[in-house]
Amino acid sequence: MDFRFDIIMEYAPYLLKGTLITIGLSLAGIVIGTILGLFIGLGKMMRNKYLAFPFTVYITVFRGTPLLVQVLLIHFGVVPFFIGETHAVAATIIALSLNAAAYIAEIFRAGIASIDRGQMEGARSLGLSHVQSMRHIILPQAFKRMIPPLGNEFIVLIKDSSLASVIAAPELMYWGRAMSSQYFRTWEPYLTAAVIYLILTLLLSILLHSLERRLATE
Amino acid sequence: MIKVQALRKSFGANEVLKDINVTIKPQEVVVVIGPSGSGKSTFLRCINLLETITAGHILIEGKDITDKQTDINKIRAEVGMVFQHFNLFPHKTVLENIVLAPLKVKKVDKDQAREKALSLLKKVGLEEKANVYPDSLSGGQKQRVAIARALAMEPKIMLFDEPTSALDPEMVGEVLEVMKQLAREGMTMVVVTHEMGFAREVGDRVLFMDGGYIVEENIPKHLFESPQQERTKAFLSKVL
Repeated sequence: MDFRFDIIMEYAPYLLKGTLITIGLSLAGIVIGTILGLFIGLGKMMRNKYLAFPFTVYITVFRGTPLLVQVLLIHFGVVPFFIGETHAVAATIIALSLNAAAYIAEIFRAGIASIDRGQMEGARSLGLSHVQSMRHIILPQAFKRMIPPLGNEFIVLIKDSSLASVIAAPELMYWGRAMSSQYFRTWEPYLTAAVIYLILTLLLSILLHSLERRLATE
Repeated sequence: MIKVQALRKSFGANEVLKDINVTIKPQEVVVVIGPSGSGKSTFLRCINLLETITAGHILIEGKDITDKQTDINKIRAEVGMVFQHFNLFPHKTVLENIVLAPLKVKKVDKDQAREKALSLLKKVGLEEKANVYPDSLSGGQKQRVAIARALAMEPKIMLFDEPTSALDPEMVGEVLEVMKQLAREGMTMVVVTHEMGFAREVGDRVLFMDGGYIVEENIPKHLFESPQQERTKAFLSKVL
């Protein structure tokens, strides 16, 4: 079997551009998803069951349906409904953010719930308000415990951004598929894409590991 | 200083405190003893509203803390609490643990808070531990830091919820020593404990609780040597 490096070289500029867009989509998904996820997680933890209910529904729906279905609905339904035309990049960012937010909300909730009740009592007994206690005592500790599951979620998000290729957002996988259909080749485009995804997720893991080590006490 | 009137507390259908009435005078050291499940910890936790009160009133310096108008954070800032499991903040150094509340609640100046914290650490014999994290301390050291942390708010009253129950036996002494010193300095204290020696030596008054009631109260000498109630006698015969 011959392996045609020449077509990889030919596609290199597109693959590079696609990689940058993949990084952009993933970063947007991570940032927006994390912010949304925090609010949804806190929403689900509200004592008032009626107020918490919509957040529970949100998490159930977005975790319980395939991301591909969400991407298609948002791309061909939601985005055109609001702006009158399709926009693949916007649709991808919205779908990734909304989907990740549901998972991240659960990570936040679990992280906060894992902090010993005594921590809140200790803080409140000193006169700190509920909000102050959350901000200075509970959330910093919960955040540390959330890093590993958040890292997992971010890695999943990078990989899932490849689904955007079906709505022709010009990210890495889109160019991989373009290359495959132009030359009727399988190994070169998809192996190249796989290696690039692997590098991205490895870099992210290394970053998160060093963050984890930096936050270690003792 | 503290006046507890007809205090009741239920957890669901389970009534843990049934009609508690006590008055605690300034500078008094009141020790609460009793079997587990007698409601003594719940009673203590009601004094700074870590438990919501089902019925009755608690007045601290004349202010009814059960009144909805009362700012509970202000009350708690004046009532120090020491827990069985220390409840130190593991992500903050010993010094940060102590200065947090003065900085955030009392808005004390940074240098002043630091100086105060260091002098408190010296008082509990741990000034060299200022910059380590709580995880590297022994249980006794943790509890002494927790006492310093509570004292940093300059409370008028200190509540101790079984402060030595989670400690290895050889570390109980160092914590009791700090508490004795506090008592000598005139701190008003309510101490829930199983340390009968401490109750006898330091307590001005001992309350014996059982089944959600204060069964008997007296000065330590009388309560320990000539208890009047059968339940007190039965309890003391088991622990002394």
